[in-house]
Amino acid sequence: MTEFFTNTGLGIGLVLVGQVLLIMLPLLAALAFLMYADRKIWAAVMMRRGPNVVGVFGLLQSFADLLKYVVKEVVVPAGADRAVFFLAPMVSLVMALIAWAVIPFNEGWVLSDINVAILYVFAISSLEVYGVIMGGWASNSKYPFLGSLRSAAQMISYEVSIGLIIIGVIISAGSMNLSAIVQSQDGAGGIFSWYWLAHFPMLFLFFISALAETNRPPFDLPEAESELVAGYQVEYSSTPFLLFMIGELVAVVLMCALVSLLFLGGWLSPVGFLPDGFFWMFIKMLFVFFMFSMVKAITPRYRYDQLMRLGWKVFLPMSLAWVVFVAFAAKFEWFWGVYARWTVGG
Amino acid sequence: MDEMLREYLPILVFLAVAVGFGVVLVVAALVIAVRNPDPEKVSAYECGFNAFDDARMKFDVRFYLVAILFIIFDLEIAFLFPWAVAFKDISMVGFWSMMVFLAVLTIGFAYEWKKGALEWQ
Repeated sequence: MTEFFTNTGLGIGLVLVGQVLLIMLPLLAALAFLMYADRKIWAAVMMRRGPNVVGVFGLLQSFADLLKYVVKEVVVPAGADRAVFFLAPMVSLVMALIAWAVIPFNEGWVLSDINVAILYVFAISSLEVYGVIMGGWASNSKYPFLGSLRSAAQMISYEVSIGLIIIGVIISAGSMNLSAIVQSQDGAGGIFSWYWLAHFPMLFLFFISALAETNRPPFDLPEAESELVAGYQVEYSSTPFLLFMIGELVAVVLMCALVSLLFLGGWLSPVGFLPDGFFWMFIKMLFVFFMFSMVKAITPRYRYDQLMRLGWKVFLPMSLAWVVFVAFAAKFEWFWGVYARWTVGG
Repeated sequence: MDEMLREYLPILVFLAVAVGFGVVLVVAALVIAVRNPDPEKVSAYECGFNAFDDARMKFDVRFYLVAILFIIFDLEIAFLFPWAVAFKDISMVGFWSMMVFLAVLTIGFAYEWKKGALEWQ
């Protein structure tokens, strides 16, 4: 029996599909509750109740929403380019999902342990912009068109600073493999060995860039309700719209995972006497997601020119300067070599 | 080569499963939901009047400018990735030549800033 799963093509394929489902199904299930949590937190900040009808405390709200989406009519605008119109949400969803193939949840718990993992995630998340552009263009309507232009410009602007911040971490860790990056944060200092301390300002820059990259408030300009109604999603209904929503939220959770892996030590335990494990990874991801939700609840929306100014004139110079600083600190081993983990055996 | 295929095969499988998931959802809605289009329903969204003309119109050149700036800086980052990975093995020459490259880019960036390419109003 084991022979079948390790040697024959069909067997290996089945095992891989099983592994993929093992990542995807819990992810999608978690997503349903994260969406619920997001709404509940938002409601609690505004002193509302939030969803509380479907199931106990409204816990099944997201599943009810899913059912509702599936039974709604798919409206295709008359002037739309049909193929691209349906391709756009697919691209959004698929690009957000497949990035998870290289995310490690624990020591060795990774589907595809490639040595360029972080570059792969960076490349895939760059491709997400195509979903937005295609959606806006294919709808053949003014609001989606303008919304997609804005959204694309915003996403690519902040991608530059995300890339530079990642470079700083790679210099420190000496590897692009996400597991290796986490292991390089393992040290005697526990929580203080993680990169959030050494790369302190970049944690915030990365977090804010992640907000902008995933079109989350306060940078949700593309769907500014008051002016563009819902940006590139205006003409979408039913499950194509749902795919955009899932894609967006999967991208958000991916950013939570990246923040945990790059800056918060992934599955490493914060204190020496507690064991490492995947639950630390989940706790950290939940914490980052909570911060995403809180930011959504308490900040007002940015104006578009402010957004572009922040991206190009503040974040880009800062992250570029930080790369140079980290390079010097690592090369000449300033600060007892904390920026060059290979020198201290990390 | 075989080793590399083994590493990247899961990504391909993941891609297939993700596409399958998306297709199933869209087809489910197409099959289950009632489809009853009429000219008003399928017309482009507008503020209470019929859309004047094709929506794929001219747009602000600044979006184009942002895209060009993005390409420059993203290429720079693409150069930085291999350098950053090989950082511990790199000689002083490698280190300083990248610093010179970054300095040249910074000068270019300062020029763009002065020229007002980053202004948005």
